[in-house]
Amino acid sequence: MSGTYLGMPAFPEAAREAVADTTLRGNLRHATHTIRAKRAKAVTEVSDWAELREAGKRIKDHTLRHLDRYLVQVEETVTAAGGIVHWAADAGEANEIVTRLVKMTGETEVVKVKSMATQEIGLNEALEAEGIHAYETDLAELIVQLGKDRPSHILVPAIHRNRGEIRDIFAREMSEWGRPAPEGLTDTPAELAEAARLHLREKFLRAKVGISGANFMVAETGTLVVVESEGNGRMCLTLPDTLISVVGIEKIVPTWQDLEVFLQTLPRSSTAERMNPYTSTWTGTTDEDGPQNFHLVLLDNGRTDTLADEVGRQALRCIRCSACLNVCPVYERAGGHAYGSVYPGPIGAILSPQLRGTGSEIDASLPYASSLCGACYDVCPVAIDIPEVLVHLRERVVQGGEVTREGNKVVLRPAKGHAAERAAMRAARWAFTHPGALRTGQRAASRSRRFHPRTLPGPGRAWSETRDLPPVPTEPFRDWWQRTRGGKDGDR
Amino acid sequence: MRVALFLTCVNDTLYPDTGRAVVKLLTRLGVDVDFPMAQTCCGQAHYNTGYRHEAEPLARHFSDVFGEYEAIVTPSGSCGAMVRELYPRMGERARAEGRGDTLAATLAPVVPKTYELTEFLVDVLGVTDVGAYYPHTVTYHPTCHGLRGLGLGERPRRLLQAVRGLELVELPGADECCGFGGTFALKNSDVSAAMGADKVRNAESTGAEVLCAADNSCLMHIGGTMARLRTGMRPVHIAEILASTEEEPAP
Ligand code: SF4
Repeated sequence: MSGTYLGMPAFPEAAREAVADTTLRGNLRHATHTIRAKRAKAVTEVSDWAELREAGKRIKDHTLRHLDRYLVQVEETVTAAGGIVHWAADAGEANEIVTRLVKMTGETEVVKVKSMATQEIGLNEALEAEGIHAYETDLAELIVQLGKDRPSHILVPAIHRNRGEIRDIFAREMSEWGRPAPEGLTDTPAELAEAARLHLREKFLRAKVGISGANFMVAETGTLVVVESEGNGRMCLTLPDTLISVVGIEKIVPTWQDLEVFLQTLPRSSTAERMNPYTSTWTGTTDEDGPQNFHLVLLDNGRTDTLADEVGRQALRCIRCSACLNVCPVYERAGGHAYGSVYPGPIGAILSPQLRGTGSEIDASLPYASSLCGACYDVCPVAIDIPEVLVHLRERVVQGGEVTREGNKVVLRPAKGHAAERAAMRAARWAFTHPGALRTGQRAASRSRRFHPRTLPGPGRAWSETRDLPPVPTEPFRDWWQRTRGGKDGDR
Repeated sequence: MRVALFLTCVNDTLYPDTGRAVVKLLTRLGVDVDFPMAQTCCGQAHYNTGYRHEAEPLARHFSDVFGEYEAIVTPSGSCGAMVRELYPRMGERARAEGRGDTLAATLAPVVPKTYELTEFLVDVLGVTDVGAYYPHTVTYHPTCHGLRGLGLGERPRRLLQAVRGLELVELPGADECCGFGGTFALKNSDVSAAMGADKVRNAESTGAEVLCAADNSCLMHIGGTMARLRTGMRPVHIAEILASTEEEPAP
């Protein structure tokens, strides 16, 4: 994924700053709680939600199981409709293809509709390095780009900013990129939106090249689908002469009928709307209407490796609705940046370590960035059992084992830094399979209870810095049971 | 009915009062309770931290110890969920790894017989009024594994509502995690502590004297945070409230 994230510290350190930032926590809390409540309401309006969820899960699983076949079908249908299909094994290849395609047009500016796939590969930076300016046209994405910031949410990339901060960014930065912000801009939503509209309109009307991702690809007709709320996506997809869509290979649905399921579950799960304000579909090229050149870049970048993992592959069902972020108590406090990836929150914690491997510090720590409370699984419209995958990836971190990397089976060794924990787990397992030893330990703890420190050494320190420890009782339960025969001999 | 009490390692070692309360309560309801002395730990901490292979012998030990009983009752939502949800999964994984059906077959007998305490009272014994008396204001925190893992639903609150003298007040944000999460509390202590503090603030806003839950692990985290923030509220396990009577009231 994007080079911006290399060398990130482990999640707990990255989260520490965010936890202490009260403005950030206030922004996140307000935003996630509002959308969370709305989603819950939007979902109860649908009487067959459970069936829709199950259907979505099944369609995705079926498609993933036969992905080889559907990918060939997509290539055939897109080509037949006048598009050109390119295959990219990784981020480097994808960036190289897109850069070459843009250069062939002779243009140095492109407009973009928000796309997770292009963020994942760091396309904007790659284009910039070749002298091509990519303009984000989604309001929140524009705020992030102007603020020289990173997105912190799948759907609301600027969720960590409040209105005042946004006004300041617009007033300061818009003139650097094009049409300046109006004089005396205030922080009312209407004025901010109007400033963005004026700034962006200039770009839409000038651009000859558009770049998009897609929410879905319908295999039977080679049609791509983008759902959005602002209309900027439709502008990007219809105004330029050349359209380049970069799409992850897991975005396929076999038929239009399958699509029907997701067009119900996605908007309700993401923006709590009954349907998206704009649903745009495009199939190849049409003479004198819309882009005259269409390129589809099919992106792997770790996806087939992920598919090889029986437990972890369910992460590829994700339709990026972001419902799991909005209910996650860890995301709410740590913020999106702490996850060190374009995919934050619960889905990021299972997707990034699979797409990128668990080699880096941040990726090895992500499977632990959860209390396993299960709220994410509950809301996921394609029933991804995120806690299950988290535990599975923890196992990979601490015990190693066989994984697929770049198509090859490799055996991972246990990650460093877990030796003490591993020894403790083994010792505990030994004591727990030897009840006599456990009992001796309990008795020793009871006898020495007056000497127990109030703060713990080692890893336990983190506990006692913010919480008091319970006192060790005078007698463990099992001793009481044996002494009184479960209270039958008196002495309750 | 021969019922085994699976107290859990945490309760046995740190919260023996909860165990005594369960025994008192079930005995009062006419249940013949046994405490198999060879019991230890369900293996949840191992499993959830990524040490599935260390958890397997503990699961096998659990089955050896409890296999012969008609029912196994535990005053812990998370340990109950471990047996009911994750033991079958451990069996499946062993099968997927080419180790055959042995583990699955060993664990299968205990899975359907294991009940969390409130589940056992409502579903098996069919009681909601257990004859308890507890004259305090109480707010109830449904822990994550009880709520979403086992789906305890309204059972605990129905039991509490039937307690004489008890005033039950709603906890704002009740279904949000308290931030304990086993080793999560150590590995991500900043986030964990922030979650705990928010939970305690919500609890405090109810004006209740007591925060009640059906899991001592969560109560240890919440109670430890309460003590540090000097709220004056007390964490109490639901078993201790349900065991409390006019003759022998719990504090
Ligand atoms: S994991 Fe599920 S809830 Fe989370 S973004 Fe993906 S589809 Fe939505």
